[in-house]
Amino acid sequence: MNTQIRRLGVVLVVLFCALFVQLNWLQVIDANDLNNHPANSRAVVRDFIQPRGNIQTADGMLIAESVPSGDSFKVQRRYPQGDLYSHITGYFSFTYGSEGVEREYNDALTGTISKSGFDPRDLLVEKDKTANVTLTINSKLQQIATEQLGDRKGSVVAIDPRTGGILAFADYPRYDPNTLASHHQDAVRQAWTELNADDGKPLLPRTYRERYPPGSSFKVVTAATGLATGTATPAMPVYPNLKELPLPNAGGQTLANFGGGTCGGNLVDALRVSCNTAFAQLGLDLGAQKLSAGAEAFGFNKVPPIDLPFGAAAFFPPASSFARDLPGVAKSAIGQQDVSATPLQMALVAAGIANNGVIMTPHLLAEVRNSEGEVIKSYDNKPWLTAVPANVAQQTRDMMVGVVAGGSGSRAQIPGVAVAGKTGTAQTGRDQSHVWFIAFAPAEAPRIAVAVMLENQPSLTEVTGGALAAPIAAAVIRAALAS
Amino acid sequence: MSTVLGAMRRNTELGLMLMAGVLTAGAYTLAGLGRSASLPANLVPFLLIILGLLAAAHVATRRLAPNADGILLPIAGLLNGIGYVFIARLDSDLAAAQAMWTAIGVGAFIATLALVRRARDIERLRYTFALAGIGLLLMPLLPGLGQNINGARLWVRLGSVTFQPGELAKIALAVFFASYLVEKQPMLAMGTRKVAGVWVPNVRHFGPIVLAWAFSLVVMFWEKDLGSSLLFFALFITMLWVATARNFYLGIGGVMFAGGALIAYSVFDHVKTRVHILTDPWSVATGSGYQTVQALFAFAAGGLTGTNIGQGSPQRIPAVSTDFIFAAIGEELGLLGTVAILMAFLLMVGAGLRIAMRVEPPFEKLLAAGLTAIIGLQTFIILGGVTRLVPLTGITLPFVSYGGSSLISNYILLALLLRISADDYERKVRAPA
Repeated sequence: MNTQIRRLGVVLVVLFCALFVQLNWLQVIDANDLNNHPANSRAVVRDFIQPRGNIQTADGMLIAESVPSGDSFKVQRRYPQGDLYSHITGYFSFTYGSEGVEREYNDALTGTISKSGFDPRDLLVEKDKTANVTLTINSKLQQIATEQLGDRKGSVVAIDPRTGGILAFADYPRYDPNTLASHHQDAVRQAWTELNADDGKPLLPRTYRERYPPGSSFKVVTAATGLATGTATPAMPVYPNLKELPLPNAGGQTLANFGGGTCGGNLVDALRVSCNTAFAQLGLDLGAQKLSAGAEAFGFNKVPPIDLPFGAAAFFPPASSFARDLPGVAKSAIGQQDVSATPLQMALVAAGIANNGVIMTPHLLAEVRNSEGEVIKSYDNKPWLTAVPANVAQQTRDMMVGVVAGGSGSRAQIPGVAVAGKTGTAQTGRDQSHVWFIAFAPAEAPRIAVAVMLENQPSLTEVTGGALAAPIAAAVIRAALAS
Repeated sequence: MSTVLGAMRRNTELGLMLMAGVLTAGAYTLAGLGRSASLPANLVPFLLIILGLLAAAHVATRRLAPNADGILLPIAGLLNGIGYVFIARLDSDLAAAQAMWTAIGVGAFIATLALVRRARDIERLRYTFALAGIGLLLMPLLPGLGQNINGARLWVRLGSVTFQPGELAKIALAVFFASYLVEKQPMLAMGTRKVAGVWVPNVRHFGPIVLAWAFSLVVMFWEKDLGSSLLFFALFITMLWVATARNFYLGIGGVMFAGGALIAYSVFDHVKTRVHILTDPWSVATGSGYQTVQALFAFAAGGLTGTNIGQGSPQRIPAVSTDFIFAAIGEELGLLGTVAILMAFLLMVGAGLRIAMRVEPPFEKLLAAGLTAIIGLQTFIILGGVTRLVPLTGITLPFVSYGGSSLISNYILLALLLRISADDYERKVRAPA
């Protein structure tokens, strides 16, 4: 019988070898094809059924959480504040992936990062490994900024200039991320289709992904660059009172002031009334090289390193593009022609002036805490750029205080507080403009910097533009200083 | 009676058991570190129970079969332990039950060693075992007792406990086959004619093989249990062939198997479905082939080194803690893990066949070969099914899958193999060759 037993052994070895070969085929040779097979939804589902931490504001308002769902996905992602934080949290959708903080801090929310590696106690105590993300957002400011915006398309960005922490990130139109996080795939698909078909682009986070011509709000950059390069001082030169500035090499083309007004004077006066002819002249005095370098020193042509996905860079044309376009230098100096900026970028301009010339890295993350409340990661504030020297920043600040105290930004005045600001109006049609207001306060020790941008408002002058945007900034600043 | 070699074997066993315990506890630790915290901490006591039971089995072997082979029990312990970790990680409700079944299984192991003091004692009980085997196999067909689960009628409900008597039947039948074939061996092996160089036995000796064939068809027709049906028939043919050394029986067995398979294919839709899933699972990926396709994805997701325990998503595979537990291992331990499990079974088969080779009395030799064949064939049938090598038939992976009947019968099988190897050694010490 031993012969047969030996042969039985050989047969079984052959059968096991067949299993061995098949396992190699499945797990190594053909694994890539299987992993990418259209019917394979493993990777998506794996993330989707995992427990996921909460997202909350700095003052503890819950803006994203996971609750038991009772279906095969086990958990349902909820956004208790509806659409209010949609462009901050983003969404976490089975069908359409993720966006916003949900995407940026996926590892923290799913518990992939931990404080100290292996802890033997984890084996004995049932422990939630997900971590909760706390943002720098202040729920009161977010609420007020959103209310102030109302149903006007646009953005409000509020930032702490000392840290770079984002305090409010409001825009309109928005969407309700709950509609995309639902487990009813058909409803999610329909919501997605409708949101994408909407002309108002509710899925677009205007604050950091959409660029607009900054108009006269860019004059802060031009002024600071003029001061930093020594091309101008607050007192000198004195720009002539003009209604329009003849442009060089432009065949008699001129550049006019808003509303056909006449203005001039030194840099302080020119900024206060947002004098186009004076700033166009300053731009020409600076030249393409210095102006372009000055804009880039403030962060133009660089994507702000904010902790959100797919941010957009503000744009200032390269100096070489002005080689045969001197009028373009004049127009770019007042934020026209091809200059464009995200609301976030203009808030960073204000924040840089407020923080003695240093632009801190903008960020939403305050800290990550594990389920026991221990901080496992906290954001280290760090500078992004040094835009101008401190003394230039202080001179620019004083001029911006003048804009609010007695100029185009007077609607941003707050009793007892020195507010520094600058209006902007970029004409987009026959009777409409994008209107801007950038500001910070208190001027002597700034705690908040704000950029407000409203799309296509029926307004053509700095004063009317300022009248629309400045009060929004004032309301947000007042709320921030009150808390 | 304890001997020097016996003591060495027990110390080997102890050392290997410790390694199995360390591996199991290590796997459990890794599962606890998975980022989804899939392993509730209240299962730790059950892990300690499992490790304690393995220790108890070792102590029982020291007492009851001190000269038995030293590597079978540690391999079974390792498989049982890894299986437990995966069951706990997949379904925490099943973990406590599996710990209980392990306790009963180890109890059955100890009881078998205690009751069967010499392997030849059970040779005389052949018809008791035959009746028990047939009775157990057919038990699910009894109205009121049998339960249909997942379309197959192979379960018996007693109170709140469901049981799969076919698992025990395979051992009873192996004992019966061994005893019967040893007695009839001279007759069955005797050729009356030689046709084309092959001994062909007298037609009247075809009786037993036809009976076994018919019996396995009954199991397939009425219980719709393809895996068990195949296993019984293959076991019988294997043992017949080992006993008689007549290749003719392999040939006729193969022909009869092919015939049965053809009948089954033409008669049963579910057999057609299984074959279709084997040949083209993608066309039914969301329907009848879902389980197989998800298992293939799980193996692929594991790759070479696996996702690590607790970090994959094997829960997507239906019946993953029983028939498909190997796919979960494939996903989370990768090719390294699946091949390690494969090697463990191969070592078990090797150890079993070595016992069969060494032991002298024909009954014990044949029984050891039969019991080992059960382990080897059952492992191949289920692993081949799960990896899409052969049509899927729902049977358990010995020692690894969740399931009381499976654990208990496999521990009894293990005890019988150990008893045979202990007997052999004691006999040789008493009467040195």
